[in-house]
Amino acid sequence: MSEIDAKNAIEFNGVSKSFDKRCVLNNLSFNVKEGTGYVLLGRSGTGKSVTLKLICGLLQPDAGSVKVAGVDITGMDSTALTPVRKQMGFLFQSAALFDSISVGANVAFALKRNTDKSSEEIHQRTQSVLESVGLGKEYDKMPSDLSGGMRKRAGLARALALEPSILLVDEPSAGLDPITSAEIDDLLLHVKQNNTTLVVVTHNIPSARVLGDRLAFLDNGIILAEGTAEELEQSEHQLVRDFMKSKQGG
Amino acid sequence: MAGAESLTGFAHFLVGIVINEDPKSKLASDGSPLLERIIGSVRGSIEWFGGLSLLGAQVIRECFRRPFEFGEVIRQVFEIGWRSTPLIILSGLAVGIVLSMHTRATLERFGAAAMIPTALAFALVKETGPLITGLLISGRVGAGIGAELGGMRVTEQIDALESLAVNSFKYLVFTRVVACALCLPLLTIIMDFSGMLGGFIAEAIISGSTLRLYFSQAFGSLAFADFIPATLKTVVFGLIIGGTSSFLGYNATGGAAGVGRAATQSVVFSSVLLILMNVILVKFIAFLFPVAGG
Ligand SMILES: Nc1ncnc2c1ncn2[C@@H]1O[C@H](COP(=O)(O)OP(=O)(O)O)[C@@H](O)[C@H]1O
Ligand SMILES: [Mg+2]
Repeated sequence: MSEIDAKNAIEFNGVSKSFDKRCVLNNLSFNVKEGTGYVLLGRSGTGKSVTLKLICGLLQPDAGSVKVAGVDITGMDSTALTPVRKQMGFLFQSAALFDSISVGANVAFALKRNTDKSSEEIHQRTQSVLESVGLGKEYDKMPSDLSGGMRKRAGLARALALEPSILLVDEPSAGLDPITSAEIDDLLLHVKQNNTTLVVVTHNIPSARVLGDRLAFLDNGIILAEGTAEELEQSEHQLVRDFMKSKQGG
Repeated sequence: MAGAESLTGFAHFLVGIVINEDPKSKLASDGSPLLERIIGSVRGSIEWFGGLSLLGAQVIRECFRRPFEFGEVIRQVFEIGWRSTPLIILSGLAVGIVLSMHTRATLERFGAAAMIPTALAFALVKETGPLITGLLISGRVGAGIGAELGGMRVTEQIDALESLAVNSFKYLVFTRVVACALCLPLLTIIMDFSGMLGGFIAEAIISGSTLRLYFSQAFGSLAFADFIPATLKTVVFGLIIGGTSSFLGYNATGGAAGVGRAATQSVVFSSVLLILMNVILVKFIAFLFPVAGG
């Protein structure tokens, strides 16, 4: 299937979002094709996390519409969103692990709630997902006993547990050492090759190049530049070109 | 959620009058004229009650929709009810002892010391038991729910629940409100009994009354119409405690400070609402059961 006739996994049509009269997203439109990687770049506070939350229906746009897997989710309540969310995984910027249960229970929670698997199968699946993010030994640890980077990986494991067809990841490599960060990139790349749509927020340009079929640079509520990594390097905007020159992770 | 903002307005307003502590109030510091401030807080209060009523309506609607979250309701009954029993028993004993001492002092003057168990039973079952249970639980459970849900909100755990296709309102708020409504009458009964037991202990020491005599005197003249409405009204107390604290926690904003605020306000608002609601309920019960009253 060529990229042109692939279906859109995500469509934003003229989406605006303000908080207390402060406009964060202004008439934002973009599409993400099924099975591709879309990277959101931009300085902090430009609304990247807000964009991910809009895709998951955690926030509602003030104007415009959001379509996920062909379904217009604008204005849907939690119950109506359930079938859409079952196909989605979300790694939060803060990891957002449930801090009253163990790391393993966090991952198993997603499986318990949304599958008919036996507790034996759930345990095995949880263990294997945790191993894939390098946390095979932390099954019984409490989230508060993990480092920031480990929490991030546990959050990723929870998001991956249900083998989502759309994966939203917010700064996966923030707080990780370069080696683990590269491992996570490999994992995400592997996930993408299994035909999962990826939307990744990152400040790590090397990993943006690896994961992103298309990249978008958010600034002042609009997409300042969009295209492949090579296209963004040639952008007419100095800010975008400077951003793309960055080598460091983070 | 709408109401979170108005809530702050009302919070300042109520906290101001109730506990006379108004730290850097938005209402006090923005220098607007008094009238505007009063209008602001009245509007805030109305919006706040609107939000709370909406929450109540949503809880009722969720009663008829799947999933029913039985497992989580049972877990909350354990957390809220079972874990509160030591507190209730201990307080009941102490209240019973004190009440019986006061009753004795009063009734002896009229030569009616034999009436002590009856008087104590009436006092406990009809008012003191339900009200003290309500206030104790609004302290222990209200603060707990406010802080727990507030913490989950500000650390995005509620968003995380939603992202895992869980209806967070149902899973967190509905289950707690239902558990509170189920637990309060049960805890009230425990409070009544331990109060009577406390009263007996005090009496046994002073007058050497026997347990059998004491309890037959106590419950001899107590009718079901005295006991049932007064105990069932605590279902409403449970709804108030669960609803108010869940509302404040679920809509908390502003980091750790916001969580602290949600916990404090949960206790303040649920106890004040409970005391006010009690007036209406007592009046209502007296209307429905003219003989029994309260
Ligand atoms: N729930 C919210 N309430 C109020 N303001 C918010 C909320 N979420 C995000 N914002 C504001 O929106 C802006 C964009 O936030 P965010 O999407 O987190 O930025 P980033 O691009 O760094 O991820 C910030 O100014 C933030 O303060
Ligand atoms: Mg962010």
